[in-house]
Amino acid sequence: MEIVRSQRSRTNTPNDSVSTLPLYRYAPQLEVRLEDFEVFAMDRLRVLKGISDALARGKRPEEMENLVRDLWKANMRHPEASEDVNKDIISHFVLRLVYCRTEDLRKWFLSMETALYRYRFLLGSSEAKRALMEEFDLPCKAISRTEFENAKEKLEQVARSFDQPLPTADAIFYKVPFEEVPELVAGRRVYIHKGHAYVAMHQVVSLVVTQFRSNLSKALILTNRKWTSTIREQERDRLTPIVEALSMSYLGPDYSQTKEFGEISIKDLDQLARSSFPLCMRHLFDKLREDHHLKHGGRMQLGLFLKGVGLRMEDALAFWKAEFSQKVGAERFDKEYAYSIRHNYGKEGKRTDYTPYSCQKIISSTPGVGDHHGCPYRHFSEENLRAALGRMGVGSRAMEDVVDKVRNRHYQLACTLTFEAVHSSSCDAGINHPNQYFSDSHKILQPKNNNAA
Amino acid sequence: MTKEESKNGSDDMLIDGPKQGNVIPDGFNPNYLKVYYGRLFPHADIFKWMSYGNDGRHPACDKSYFGRREFSFTLDNDIYLRFQSFNSESELENSIKEKCPSKIDIGPVYSVDPAKRHAYAQGGDNVFAPVERELIFDIDITDYDDVRYCCSGADVCLECWPLMTVAIKVIDTALRDDFGFDHILWVYSGRRGVHCWVCDGKARRLTNEQRGAIADYFRVYKGNENSNKKVSFPGPLHPFLVRSYTEVLREFFEEKLLLSQNLFSTEERYEKILSMIPDESVTSELRGKWQENRRSSNSKEDINFFRWEQLKNTLQSGKQKVQGLRRCVEEIVFAFTYPRLDMEVSKHRNHLLKAPFCVHPKTGRVCIPIDPKDCEELDPTTVPTLSELLRELNTGDSRMDVDNEWEKTSLGKSIRFFRSSFLQPLLKSCKEEMESGYKAKIQQTKNSLSW
Repeated sequence: MEIVRSQRSRTNTPNDSVSTLPLYRYAPQLEVRLEDFEVFAMDRLRVLKGISDALARGKRPEEMENLVRDLWKANMRHPEASEDVNKDIISHFVLRLVYCRTEDLRKWFLSMETALYRYRFLLGSSEAKRALMEEFDLPCKAISRTEFENAKEKLEQVARSFDQPLPTADAIFYKVPFEEVPELVAGRRVYIHKGHAYVAMHQVVSLVVTQFRSNLSKALILTNRKWTSTIREQERDRLTPIVEALSMSYLGPDYSQTKEFGEISIKDLDQLARSSFPLCMRHLFDKLREDHHLKHGGRMQLGLFLKGVGLRMEDALAFWKAEFSQKVGAERFDKEYAYSIRHNYGKEGKRTDYTPYSCQKIISSTPGVGDHHGCPYRHFSEENLRAALGRMGVGSRAMEDVVDKVRNRHYQLACTLTFEAVHSSSCDAGINHPNQYFSDSHKILQPKNNNAA
Repeated sequence: MTKEESKNGSDDMLIDGPKQGNVIPDGFNPNYLKVYYGRLFPHADIFKWMSYGNDGRHPACDKSYFGRREFSFTLDNDIYLRFQSFNSESELENSIKEKCPSKIDIGPVYSVDPAKRHAYAQGGDNVFAPVERELIFDIDITDYDDVRYCCSGADVCLECWPLMTVAIKVIDTALRDDFGFDHILWVYSGRRGVHCWVCDGKARRLTNEQRGAIADYFRVYKGNENSNKKVSFPGPLHPFLVRSYTEVLREFFEEKLLLSQNLFSTEERYEKILSMIPDESVTSELRGKWQENRRSSNSKEDINFFRWEQLKNTLQSGKQKVQGLRRCVEEIVFAFTYPRLDMEVSKHRNHLLKAPFCVHPKTGRVCIPIDPKDCEELDPTTVPTLSELLRELNTGDSRMDVDNEWEKTSLGKSIRFFRSSFLQPLLKSCKEEMESGYKAKIQQTKNSLSW
């Protein structure tokens, strides 16, 4: 029985030819047992989840490479070695069905599969890399000897800037339109001249990954359409329940639906900020009270957090207005800022109900001049961080542990340790969302409050 | 487009109507604007620019193109009209003259006419989304407040304005040499900064991700008052940074900024620089020298220059083999002089940006183009103001051709520059692109038809 209809392919070559890294161009024409359908998918999901957790902890590329190798080995081996490739392909396509159905699911799946592909590519041999490059049909051209000589000095400068070995006389460089390698451009990891980036062999992964990502992104949209129009109904008794169960198994709560709205009132905010806000939100809150203003990034991060915490829109408007009026006046607040608060609650524009930011999103933000958003564990200097933690009541021993985590770029673990120090209780799950920090804190403190009354 | 202007909300620039005779007092008011839009604002040039050649008669012209561009008007009473669109030059011109907006913003070209956006879904095939948008940059001098002592906030003077000049040079060179862009327009923002519009077809078709990548390529300064070190070079510099340093930044820092901002003259100021050096022994050595060295025998040489030399010598003396010090000198120079861009403006295609030739409501100055090859010549304190232009109109030769009244005024120079340096080459290139694209398409259909 065929699971999905195969999509038109440009070539007639079979899926699993030379390289062991498939292109996932079209679904396999295979018979798959229903049991394997679910098991393969769960195994792959374990790999993707491992990648997701590692990325959230800020693991370095070298660590990621090892992690992926281990995860893949541990989960994706088939009892019959020749079936490895099929398991790879089948599990990928099953998860496409599972994760094509909403924007959030697609985004997560796309990120994880792209990361997985990147590290598997890097783990391959030069021969495998070269072969894959050709399969991908990329708009890049190896540069000539003369071009290399002309650009040599600049290419050496780039190599030195990243502590890479200098390019040898027979080094292969590809000339590629800069639009094709946005990540390399962003990190200034390539020499660019007149619109072309000079990409080293070891960087070629960026080209492959960009293309992979783009192909998968389009494929997911198509899969979603197929799912909603035919497959879901067709497979109502067979695959659909499995697919729907699989998607629940990972992406935890996103705090977009608060259970009890109006649970928090404005007068509680100061006290709650001191007792239950994570450092990032407390900093924003304190700055807002101090300056009676926050720039856009801060308004978004704090505003959505407060929404997730249970602040009603009317109260939110009153709260922000009370602060901003002291700086810009009530009239200007109404004209310029009220709209975006209503927008956050889904009452304006295209009426999306925005989700409070997760730690991953906050950590990867880029606060600039005058901003106070972001993750203090990442964005503060050590000195400022220590001072802020001190104000939160973190003792000196715990503080050293926290700072140690920060030095190793484990920002969420640092926040978890802070939580544990402040609440004198352990947090086994680890913090990965500011609203989670708040609700866990609230849970611990509430019974105490009730008992005291 | 940011809705946040500086907190200078005072109304002291507004004056009621023109007074006696031909005297037009300084200021900014709707009556002046009406005259400006009626007789000076270059509607036709803006239309031609925004059409990118599609207003011609070539079969490849997309007649819907101009109509899919979003404009937004800010009216006098702070009412904000988004998603304005026009199907012809006269529609654009009449609407501006009628509504007299205090600010005109330009948005992206959408997949469909913005006026019809509600009929389209947010996802799927039939979508209302940006399809083309210039690559834009916004540099605002208030982002440099931590490194300029002469002014702060919305103020600008001739001592700190050169920071903008330097920014233009660095970015313009990179846009041309590194990214290969040709059609670049720099504009004075009217008060305290500059805008950049990159209009090549390739630039207009960039995705958000690609724009973000370019913005990150340009990003060096990372941080705010919460972090310590804002500029950090863990390794040798990328060729782009090397070129910026050797061709523009170092000279500017050592020969202009050091002196004009008196960077080492007080304890508070030199401490700020010392905080960028991550080595106690170096900083205490320098601090020791400077604390006692009030007015030394080196009173002939400027104290800033002298102390900078001392700092460089101490750092580069080779005594320090400590890692973080190798490029400390460059880090300091970059921290003070390297361009600070607003990342958000460049990253999103739907970001609105003020149109050139608008008048800034708070200063009355016109947003005139800047020649990047000659950017030192721009003096923000002498940019033509609305009232000056009106005076020039009144006193100008009344026999002149009514169509080109701007030629009577100081605006003439700017409009001529806009046309010759930017608009004409751009339109020529658009025409060529259109023709070659069309030819290729015809060829393709021919090929597919032939047996």
